[in-house]
Amino acid sequence: MGASSLIVLMIAAISFSGIAILVAKLVLKATKNKQKGETYECGVPTKGPSWIQFNVGYYLFALIFLIFDVELIFLYPWAVVAKSIGWMALVEIIIFFFILFIGFLYAHKKGALKWM
Amino acid sequence: MPSLENIANFIHNWLYTTFNATVALLLEFTIVAILVIGLFSVLGLVLIFMERKVSAYMQVRLGPNRVGPKGIFQTVADTLKLMVKEGMTPNNADKFLFNLAPFIVMTAAMLILAPLAFAKNFQIWDINIGVLFVTAISSVSVIGILMAGWASNNKYSLLGAMRSGAQIVSYELSAGLSIITIVVLSESLKISTIIESQANGWWIFKGHIPAIIAFVIFIIAVTAETNRAPFDLAEAESELTAGFHTEYSGMKFALFFLAEYVNIFIVCVIGATLFLGGWMPLHFGTNTTFNEMMDYIPSSLWLFGKTFFLIFVIMWFRWTFPRLRIDQLLNLEWKYLLPISMINLLLATAMAILGWHF
Repeated sequence: MGASSLIVLMIAAISFSGIAILVAKLVLKATKNKQKGETYECGVPTKGPSWIQFNVGYYLFALIFLIFDVELIFLYPWAVVAKSIGWMALVEIIIFFFILFIGFLYAHKKGALKWM
Repeated sequence: MPSLENIANFIHNWLYTTFNATVALLLEFTIVAILVIGLFSVLGLVLIFMERKVSAYMQVRLGPNRVGPKGIFQTVADTLKLMVKEGMTPNNADKFLFNLAPFIVMTAAMLILAPLAFAKNFQIWDINIGVLFVTAISSVSVIGILMAGWASNNKYSLLGAMRSGAQIVSYELSAGLSIITIVVLSESLKISTIIESQANGWWIFKGHIPAIIAFVIFIIAVTAETNRAPFDLAEAESELTAGFHTEYSGMKFALFFLAEYVNIFIVCVIGATLFLGGWMPLHFGTNTTFNEMMDYIPSSLWLFGKTFFLIFVIMWFRWTFPRLRIDQLLNLEWKYLLPISMINLLLATAMAILGWHF
């Protein structure tokens, strides 16, 4: 099967989840209750919303991840032909990794990899 | 001997001779969809039961043993229970995103099934960039998790989702690099070609030390990517209640749970395909009697055997290692696993160019 299989799988996933949720909704009898819809934080009344400013550490890791993820995409085409190109491929990728490593060192020196 | 390949071909031919092309195509699509949904449901039941039994025996207790013989219907009963629970949406939540998140997680889990080879020539779509496709789609599910945590408007969910996001994206790098190690050795991104390149021995044997290092890093990384203990910070129940799915209940929770277990299965299939030869039987050099004997075992059995062995290893981890702290977890990835896997990739390339692998 070709690319159409992706559409089939997507439809299968959505209909499976949809039907499961729908059947569950039809089977049960929902009751209304004042406390029911409240945020569950182990019984203690909730203070303030959760949509707040959050620890910047996660953001920094996401940024560094982005750099390395793009680098990974460059590696895939290289990996397929590396064996047939030979030593030149290895030298090129060492240069590539070296440049990347300088960036990594910079991030490390700036303290982006330290958990705050 | 009837193999999955023969059955699939027989159904395909029968459909196309009995009906006209359009109807046959639609019927084929329906069959594929039903099979995939069936696989999901069966996997959910089997893996959850397996998890509980493995956990129990590792702690010297019996585990579920009341519902059915040896408790095998326990997960069916649990599913029925989840069916009749109310799937609530909290008042303060972002209702649209809250309800959308389980769909995204499920869709991502199901799309990865497309290029996986379950038996000889038994694949939904043998795409020529199979490995890249798998890595690309598997990083979509993190969006669903972040969405669920954010939309819940619950502090535990938010913390769990953020941790999960940082963890999944970090460990994706070393998982990707160890996958690339095998791509270098087998010179292809196509799953079927990678499996065929292992006809005279699996990569973990043929690739010597670099392949073994890559395999170990891959197992560590996928354990973290599927939020399994010892990397289960995202849903560390002793600190965060249930992490990103604290507010989910009923069938929506069940979908997250199911997707989690199916993801474990999927990463183990990928690990088995890349390092342990997929459906390829165990072959030793030119020992033909042994090789022929191994060929008698059906290819699907080989794949599922390897996969369930890897799943067992990942379950074993849970009862062996204590949970890491978030800074330890990120240190492990960025300061150890990532540099090691980069150097390992260079080693593997040098070895591939020198032709030192078998």
